[in-house]
Amino acid sequence: MIDSKKLDPHFKFEVAKEMGKVNVTRCFACGTCTAGCPVRVIDSKYNPRKIIRMVLLGMREEVLSSDFIWLCSTCYTCYDRCPQDVMLTSLMTTLRNIAVREGHVHPAFKEQARLVGSFGRLYEVEDFDNKKREKMGLPPVKKIHDEVVKLLEHDAKKEAES
Amino acid sequence: MKYALFLGCTIPVRGQNYEMSARAVAKVLDIGLVDLDDFSCCGFPVKATDRHDTTVMAARNLAIAAAEGLDIATLCNACTGVLTETEKELAGNEALRNEVNAELKKIGREYKPGVKVKHFSRILYEDVGLDKLKDKVTRDLGALSFSAHYGCHYLRPKEIYECFDDAENPHTLDELIRVTGAKSVDYMGKLDCCGGAILGVDEGIALRMAKNKLDSVTANKVDALVTICPFCTIMYEDNQKKIEAKYECYYGLPTLYYPQLLGLAFGLDRKSLGFRLNKVKPDDLLAKIGVE
Ligand code: SF4
Ligand code: SF4
Repeated sequence: MIDSKKLDPHFKFEVAKEMGKVNVTRCFACGTCTAGCPVRVIDSKYNPRKIIRMVLLGMREEVLSSDFIWLCSTCYTCYDRCPQDVMLTSLMTTLRNIAVREGHVHPAFKEQARLVGSFGRLYEVEDFDNKKREKMGLPPVKKIHDEVVKLLEHDAKKEAES
Repeated sequence: MKYALFLGCTIPVRGQNYEMSARAVAKVLDIGLVDLDDFSCCGFPVKATDRHDTTVMAARNLAIAAAEGLDIATLCNACTGVLTETEKELAGNEALRNEVNAELKKIGREYKPGVKVKHFSRILYEDVGLDKLKDKVTRDLGALSFSAHYGCHYLRPKEIYECFDDAENPHTLDELIRVTGAKSVDYMGKLDCCGGAILGVDEGIALRMAKNKLDSVTANKVDALVTICPFCTIMYEDNQKKIEAKYECYYGLPTLYYPQLLGLAFGLDRKSLGFRLNKVKPDDLLAKIGVE
């Protein structure tokens, strides 16, 4: 059910501005995106065309707090096939970024961001890993990238404040 | 031919067989792969939370290669996508470039346009070329058949890859397989995503995505699936047992990184190609071509 009192007609412009592109308003609802989406094939609760419609209708809260915006596997199939160049994969990233700022981050991505912010890599590298690499004749990898930690410091601060 | 080797996060700790075999075939082909210690995560894992962080991290990696005057060779599809996309984005957008460089200044680095990013498989196809690969083949793989899994970010979005392959009907990896003398067998759902990017969000959906491909590939009784990305391999090989247990089925489908296959054709041994680390043991396949 759509509650018209809760609609935010400005939402599509907010999304377009964040994306740096206005392509979202071009969607003519053809459904090419949904038809080729590999996630949709498995679970029909995920429907990219519907997400676009919800954005255009201004269902801001509902979209940002939904679990389905985290289900896009970023395969870029819809991105390449959309006749209106809506750039849906980028749009999904944009929706996630806005959702994160509103406190709706999915725990899996929160943990990834924490690891990358702490080490500059997705996995913590132990001495054990480098010993193993040495045995295989491979050079050691750096355990912590201080430069990256410094570049992402602002995120850690924001997280501590919230 | 010389490139900075960009390993990313997953390969050096979970895909060393990919790394070993890539280095081994590069040696045979006289491709110089330079290790730059400062390369970090490409930036892909933070894209969902903050796209700008991804741009800054990727720009930093590009700046490191530029400072050495080297183009980048990647092994992971996700790294390839993020680094290529960022290079294109920054090269064409001065305002964003200035913004990013203001941040990189804090760590004494500067991004300058011009670094070319290429997946190792694309380098083999485009820069080395099939003829030169064929010249180095010393072991006959004619008894083997494989199916190719390209992975999404190797092909798409096509606009960032200069359409070096056909994103809707790709052929480069199939040709790379055939140049070894082995067969490359088509299957349903060849373009389908492995699901790796949402494994942590909804394991059930991700495993079903991987299962569909395992079903389709094994229907043809090929000797192995060939991949060129560590995330795809995690889905099809590391998670194969889990899928078998969950759905009460059996695949026993080995998954080879393409350089492992090429290395076999070049006559390299099992050890230098890291086969010990393959989780679904490819013993039958190796026995067919007389590799101990
Ligand atoms: S393919 Fe493009 S135009 Fe068609 S419904 Fe999807 S986003 Fe809209
Ligand atoms: S990029 Fe996302 S929405 Fe588009 S087809 Fe792939 S999984 Fe579906």
